[in-house]
Amino acid sequence: MKEVELKMKERAKALLESGEVARVVGWKKGDFCFDPSPATFETVDELNEFVYDYFCGANLSKYLIQIAKKEGKTAVFLKPCDTYSFNQLVKEHRIDREKIYVIAVECLAKLDIEKIKAAGVSVVTGVEVVDKDVNVSSPYGNVTLYKPDVVLTKCATCNKTHQVKDEEIILHQRPAREVDRFAEVVKLENMTPDERFAFWREQLSKCIRCNACRNVCPACSCVKCVFDNPNSGIAAKANDDKFEEQLFHVIRAFHVSGRCTDCGECSRVCPQNIPLHLLNRKFIKDIDTNYGEYQAGETSEGKTPLTSYTESDIEPNDAVNGEAK
Amino acid sequence: MLKIAKERLNDLYAKIAQTQGLFLPVKKAGEVNYCVWSEGKEVSLETLKTVKSPKNMFFPQTENMMKFKTEGKNIEVIDVRESFDERKPFVLFGVKACDYKAIEVLDKVFLADPVDTYYQNRRENTTIVTLACSKPEESCFCGVFGIDATAPQGDVTTWLDENYLYWQANTEKGESLTAQVEELFEKGGEEEVAAQQETTKVVLESLPYANLDLSRFQPENLNELFDAPEWEKMSEACLGCGTCTFVCPTCQCFDIRDFKTRDGVIRYRCWDSCMYADFTLMAHGNSRNSQMQRFRQRFMHKLVYYPSQNDGMYSCVGCGRCVNKCPQRLNIVKVIKTLGGKNND
Repeated sequence: MKEVELKMKERAKALLESGEVARVVGWKKGDFCFDPSPATFETVDELNEFVYDYFCGANLSKYLIQIAKKEGKTAVFLKPCDTYSFNQLVKEHRIDREKIYVIAVECLAKLDIEKIKAAGVSVVTGVEVVDKDVNVSSPYGNVTLYKPDVVLTKCATCNKTHQVKDEEIILHQRPAREVDRFAEVVKLENMTPDERFAFWREQLSKCIRCNACRNVCPACSCVKCVFDNPNSGIAAKANDDKFEEQLFHVIRAFHVSGRCTDCGECSRVCPQNIPLHLLNRKFIKDIDTNYGEYQAGETSEGKTPLTSYTESDIEPNDAVNGEAK
Repeated sequence: MLKIAKERLNDLYAKIAQTQGLFLPVKKAGEVNYCVWSEGKEVSLETLKTVKSPKNMFFPQTENMMKFKTEGKNIEVIDVRESFDERKPFVLFGVKACDYKAIEVLDKVFLADPVDTYYQNRRENTTIVTLACSKPEESCFCGVFGIDATAPQGDVTTWLDENYLYWQANTEKGESLTAQVEELFEKGGEEEVAAQQETTKVVLESLPYANLDLSRFQPENLNELFDAPEWEKMSEACLGCGTCTFVCPTCQCFDIRDFKTRDGVIRYRCWDSCMYADFTLMAHGNSRNSQMQRFRQRFMHKLVYYPSQNDGMYSCVGCGRCVNKCPQRLNIVKVIKTLGGKNND
């Protein structure tokens, strides 16, 4: 990953120096080896803090809504999954494609520091990835973890490839694997309604209404969210067992269905680790079943199943009864 | 000092719960938060940081304050505190040193004139049993605020090792709780506790954030800090979510709202977050319109405004929850390092 970071930095430097772009969007170093933050770089000097490693899991696409409004062109480094969000935002006219220069970067799956810590390493001073080994150094003793056990949930079932790029910096390809992103959804579908209700009740009761899932979500790009309307009689920040916790997430999942690219940021940012992506995946699976396979963000053009009508569309009752065509 | 074997802790919980409510860290759906104890709950005292701090035991995230019932031209005001046993005593068990200090921070706000009686009722009826830390992690920096993680205060202080929980009462409330459960304990533990404290202190001193320098965060530097150009870059990745404020043990802002019901109104309050766009929203609009301004408000409050009104006491206790939980990895330490002068390089 160090080699890739070096190449990215060189490229960012060249783009800034030549004036081809006014800024570069990437990640900057944190205090530890596992806490980089999304950042904008406007000068070559600022690039000293540039980093690209196994902890750069954040999706940068949503930031471009605001950044693209600035003067001049912006270069951005996008991982495979981030390009779907980017395309979707272009499709929804939220990002001006002409103002963004997309540099596709390799991913190889990102690591989840919480999973590393949960594996029993409470202080992490260094992380090195060698193939499928994650070597973690710690003053409490070094350990080697199996990489598939400690990648971000969103990376575990990802087989995505770049859908848009103006150029690429890819030295290694993540080998395509047999993954089943709907396995967890099927498990939920096979539960009885009572079991399923109990599952979600327990998960959603942890919600603290921080709205991180909504704020990070590239599909949640409304200028003003319905939950932020003081005249609506509800408050997005009020944590209430009856309505807010159970329905907020369901309403949000409905609202982004057909547009959710399954980038998995909702589950990554949740401070209580609620598997929110499973709600979205259920909708994706249903759309696949009822309207034919569809992946949001594959292109930035064309019709989408939930916003176009065809005579062969499934009848609502058939969909409810599970009688897909 | 008293001690009880770890495998008998359940008896201790049951004994306490016989006479009062018992709140402690419980694992539910994979995450540990303070919860009321009942038989069968998965207690996790070993968890260093609960996701939410115990502050919601005194200052719940959402609570009804009163109800108004309208009938014709009459409005009846109903004190909802009577409908649940507000004054019932309870025990808050397993509070870490940082979170205990955070309660002191909250006291200065809620118990100052005019006293917040909702908070006061719960506070006065609680016995706090603290638990010393023995495995601090890199995001911990309570020492910077003069907190000793190995000797937390509280009505009772406890220490936990592989085999025993050690127990020492500090106050009258603590003594009376001890009297209630004493039969489960045996005497001893001084040496084990001292040894654990010594080991933990070595770790605490070696942690990367142990030597943060706060000396620049003084009221006289208020304007200079406020106007620092660095806020723009520091806040650029901020999502404007409320994670940092809601996991923070000292964040104390709330909103009061009315909820219309069929025959009246429920007035409730809920935690608010200075990170939210509707925070400080008034009839004329909002005084803080950008995320940079909101971000700046949060850290200026913790490091400058609060201490300038409370004899220099910071309203951060170094628990490190924001360090662990910010989705984009922004946090108060990065602010301290950026604005706190060269001793933090």
